[in-house]
Amino acid sequence: MIEVENLTKRYGPTLAVSDVSFQVQKGEILGFLGPNGAGKTTTMRIITGFLSATAGRVRVAGIDVASSPLEAKRHIGYLPETPPVYTDMTVNEYLAFVGRIKGVARGELKKRVGEVSEKCAIGDVQHRQIGRLSKGYRQRVGLAQALIHNPDILILDEPTAGLDPKQIIETRELIKGLAGQHTVILSTHILPEVSKTCQRVVVISKGTVVAMGAPDELIARLQGYGSVLVTVEGPAPEIMSRLQTVTGVNLVEPVNASGTRITLEVHTEKNHEVRSELARAIVESGWGLFELKTSGMSLEDIFLKLTTRDLSEEAAAEARPAKAQEPEKPGETEVSN
Amino acid sequence: MRNILAVAGKELRSYFHSPIAYLVMAVYAVLCGFFFYSFAATYVVQTFRMQAMGGMGMPDMSINDYVIRPLFQGVLTIVLLLVIPLITMRLYAEEKRSGTIELLLTSPVTDFQIIAGKFLGALMLFGTMIVITFAYVSTLFIYGNPSAKPLIAQGVGLFLFGASLLALGMWISTFTKNQIIAAVVSFAAFLMIYVLNWVTAYSSGAIGKVLAYMALTTHFEGFAKGVVDLKDLVYYLSVIALGVFLTARSVEALKGRV
Repeated sequence: MIEVENLTKRYGPTLAVSDVSFQVQKGEILGFLGPNGAGKTTTMRIITGFLSATAGRVRVAGIDVASSPLEAKRHIGYLPETPPVYTDMTVNEYLAFVGRIKGVARGELKKRVGEVSEKCAIGDVQHRQIGRLSKGYRQRVGLAQALIHNPDILILDEPTAGLDPKQIIETRELIKGLAGQHTVILSTHILPEVSKTCQRVVVISKGTVVAMGAPDELIARLQGYGSVLVTVEGPAPEIMSRLQTVTGVNLVEPVNASGTRITLEVHTEKNHEVRSELARAIVESGWGLFELKTSGMSLEDIFLKLTTRDLSEEAAAEARPAKAQEPEKPGETEVSN
Repeated sequence: MRNILAVAGKELRSYFHSPIAYLVMAVYAVLCGFFFYSFAATYVVQTFRMQAMGGMGMPDMSINDYVIRPLFQGVLTIVLLLVIPLITMRLYAEEKRSGTIELLLTSPVTDFQIIAGKFLGALMLFGTMIVITFAYVSTLFIYGNPSAKPLIAQGVGLFLFGASLLALGMWISTFTKNQIIAAVVSFAAFLMIYVLNWVTAYSSGAIGKVLAYMALTTHFEGFAKGVVDLKDLVYYLSVIALGVFLTARSVEALKGRV
């Protein structure tokens, strides 16, 4: 439904987006994940035709955005980071205006305004001036605006930014409800949002795509990077040097020791399942194995890993990748540009 | 056309939702009214004096020459220099500030339709001022007998003069998010092209002639006299077209295409 090929955007000497390619299937919700300033908004603006690309191509519903922008725009509903509302209009006036410029037929306009108002739960404020509405309502008016012409594709730039927790949950539910009939791209720098709403994730950092896949898949793929926690009864130095020899193990570190039992954290290489080998090594040496478990990486850890440095060099250089850095608090509001 | 009207309607509604429309109309009505009254009163006093002196073989003072023409040429064109920036300042600046420019530029409408709609909306507000002017002037028909033909030319001239400023002001408004900056720069620019023909006072060469030709005032002369000259008509229409074209270029540049 949406095909982005080798998209590049320069602002003067700065490279905002560099060679980004991805595809979105019909009816899918794609999460666009990245830290602030990674190029999410720029990419979305290019898809919607607000900005032109320096190089590369975007096609929506098979239509090239750059060469036939009007046709493409008919298929897209777009909610920018700040809802593009006219504060001096009432909700109904605003939706009617947007409907008109989005090409909703005159006879259908009233019906469509009613439908999207109901869908976005803004029926109770339809005669209120938008400038007097709360942030949550404005956001929903923005979403209603994006839906007014019943587009196949929805581009939502940080749809939950600045909302309170209850509104965030409501908005997520609303977006989830849109999947199937609409193809959705939603950007966010808030991680739980992605695992809760999206079927697929594109992680972008400094203008380039660093990872792509289903949230679970991403976690699974990177699981190998995580570490295994082993609790063993036996002589600590010997255990550590023995475990170090197991193939796929990078580093063994003691976490804590109580009496004769020690808990070790075993860092492993990528995609290397070492648990059975570890168990065998311990048991064959005659020590007591009490616990063996992966300390799974959360999406947050993965996000940090992906966006802070290159994967391969990280695996080699970083000894304690997941635990060493305190993950940034998700959900912090960003300064809007 | 439907898109143009939708945008024009939105612009007009915004003007009347905010104090701008009322402020602009009130300022215009007061200034226009005061000067109109002054010219008319002076005219009345003068004609009485002439009659008291028995005419002395002087030709009749015409209302057109002594009231309407100085009002249009000497006063209203200057009032418009002040008032038009207030109308145009928000056209693009406000859309850029509030982010609604993203809505407009991602809608299936062409840039030209948006520009034309905005221009039309502003033109309609400006149209109310022409109506106000004629409301004043029409009282002359009750108490005197001005000739209507030059009045039409003057009305057309004032409308074109204002429309040219609107087009240029709209262009200036595309450069900033700040309405005040847009208004100040527009006023300065308008004032410059208003007095551009002063250069003939000290420069008689080709440059002087060209600059004088480019001045908005030079081409108002004919209309003020009650003559619609094709040359002047073309000049004002060209300025409007230029303003629209420059606005289109500037909006294009916003998208990073240039």
